[in-house]
Amino acid sequence: MSRVLIVAQNTFREAVRDRVLYNLVFFALLLIASAVIIGQISVDIESVVMVSLGLSAISLIGLLIAVFTGVGLVSKEIDKRTLHAVLAKPLRRWEFLLGKFTGLVLTLGVNLLAMAAGLFLALLYVKHSLGRADLVVLVAIYFVLLKLALVVALAMLFSCFTSPLLAILFTGGVYLTGLFLSELRNLQLPDMSPQLQKLLTFVSFILPNFGNYDVMGAAAHGRSVAHGLILHNTLYTALYCAIVLSAAAFIFARKDLK
Amino acid sequence: MSAPAIETENLSKEYPYGFLHLKKKLSLESLNLQVEAGQVFGFLGPNGAGKSTTIKLLMGIIFPTSGSARILGKPVSDVAMHRDIGYLPEQPYFYDYLTAAEVLDYFARFHGFSAGERAERVQKMLKKVGLETAGKIQLRKYSKGMLQRVGLAQAILHDPKLVILDEPMSGLDPVGRREVRDIILELKNAGKTILFSTHILSDAEMLCDQVGVIAGGKLRGVGAPGAIVGVQATGMEIAFELPHGHAGGEKILAQATKSGATYRLSVKEAELYAALEELRAAGARILAVTQIKPTLEDYFLGLVGQDRAQAAAIEVHGK
Repeated sequence: MSRVLIVAQNTFREAVRDRVLYNLVFFALLLIASAVIIGQISVDIESVVMVSLGLSAISLIGLLIAVFTGVGLVSKEIDKRTLHAVLAKPLRRWEFLLGKFTGLVLTLGVNLLAMAAGLFLALLYVKHSLGRADLVVLVAIYFVLLKLALVVALAMLFSCFTSPLLAILFTGGVYLTGLFLSELRNLQLPDMSPQLQKLLTFVSFILPNFGNYDVMGAAAHGRSVAHGLILHNTLYTALYCAIVLSAAAFIFARKDLK
Repeated sequence: MSAPAIETENLSKEYPYGFLHLKKKLSLESLNLQVEAGQVFGFLGPNGAGKSTTIKLLMGIIFPTSGSARILGKPVSDVAMHRDIGYLPEQPYFYDYLTAAEVLDYFARFHGFSAGERAERVQKMLKKVGLETAGKIQLRKYSKGMLQRVGLAQAILHDPKLVILDEPMSGLDPVGRREVRDIILELKNAGKTILFSTHILSDAEMLCDQVGVIAGGKLRGVGAPGAIVGVQATGMEIAFELPHGHAGGEKILAQATKSGATYRLSVKEAELYAALEELRAAGARILAVTQIKPTLEDYFLGLVGQDRAQAAAIEVHGK
């Protein structure tokens, strides 16, 4: 486990020195700042608009970092052959993979915290005070982190057996489909064959349900989120990430590197 | 008797290529190789001969199509054995945003050294490879030669029993090459086993106890450097200068090449004294007489010329 943490710490250290991440976080903070202006022209619902726009900006920027950096975590190391020296150490391939995953999730966590601080500052500016109800925003940001962890795991899985471009497309495709799983499950079309119906139902149960993580409405209106949902999403993410990372490790352990 | 440091048995590697990867290219064919403990072993061959493929197979970076390999008596799949191995990849590359000291510290951590021990080893290694003043510069600002030095430092910082170096002189200036040669000799004197690949014959001659010659994915021979590459002199070269207004020696001068004021003349060994006598008579000042040895390129041109079909990697279609 200590070797996993060594890789994770190094991934985090490299990531925080990469200026691209700072640019993205800066862009998110800019979006949050613009939400202040938009909020001011939305009479009586300033904080609702601001939380909605702020969380959307945080989620979008986090998603960009998760997909692009997640795909590059392994593929860049293979392309640049930095992996050759690393794997010559007493380190198993699955440990490397898990360390990379942990490092990026840690980086995302820190980025989300920075962006959340920006959002709370903007909220404080508009509302002049913060209440208990605003804590739901933290839950929403925690759910964004869980969602991004799953996206990173998927990006790593795809990058283990395909090109970076295809891995980005596959990850994006799974994410978008995962947002609308309940619609997919209940899809009824005229002339739809029972086989297709079964296939869609099967796919809807296999793919990760990203709709579970959306509590933006509750956060914007200060409604509480059930503790059960927090526990459910935490366990769901842990289990799904474990399955996806195990598949990635299985493929990566057998992969010939360049 | 202890196990060989490196041992391969019918080690082969095929790479798929073409549309749908239906064709296979054989990069390494049934390699049987033994490197004894304490030896410096040079793995010689032209570019694309299979040297790096072999080393990558030994390091578990790629997997064999068939055959097996053992290092220090253990199968190469045993990652724990990497504690005793140092590896310099060909044209090494590291993390752009880390400094040399940070990268070395990162690698040292996998070997379980304490923070104090790591700091001491990192400084020692940076000094050894001539980077003590550049240790705090991010690696994206490093030249190819400097990265090569970092690569060498990370390969030896944990004091491994076996050091595998893939083209260690690549990208280095003459001073750097000399320093790497000195480090290899130092490791040899410390009783380490060293395997390094090169396509430069002089490096192998200077450093190796044994060399293995590979071409077209096949091992062509193993032995002492002189024996295997046939480095007996093929002739003699005389470097000389002539005084202004010299008389005679036109015949011999017609065979010599001139660079600046220096002439160079290649003659057979049996004709050396006659040529020297003629030059003396012409008033020439002899600067040097050296043996002409075949270069590795000459050796391989001969080898490939004999068996061009086998020297190229064999393509097995439809496999």
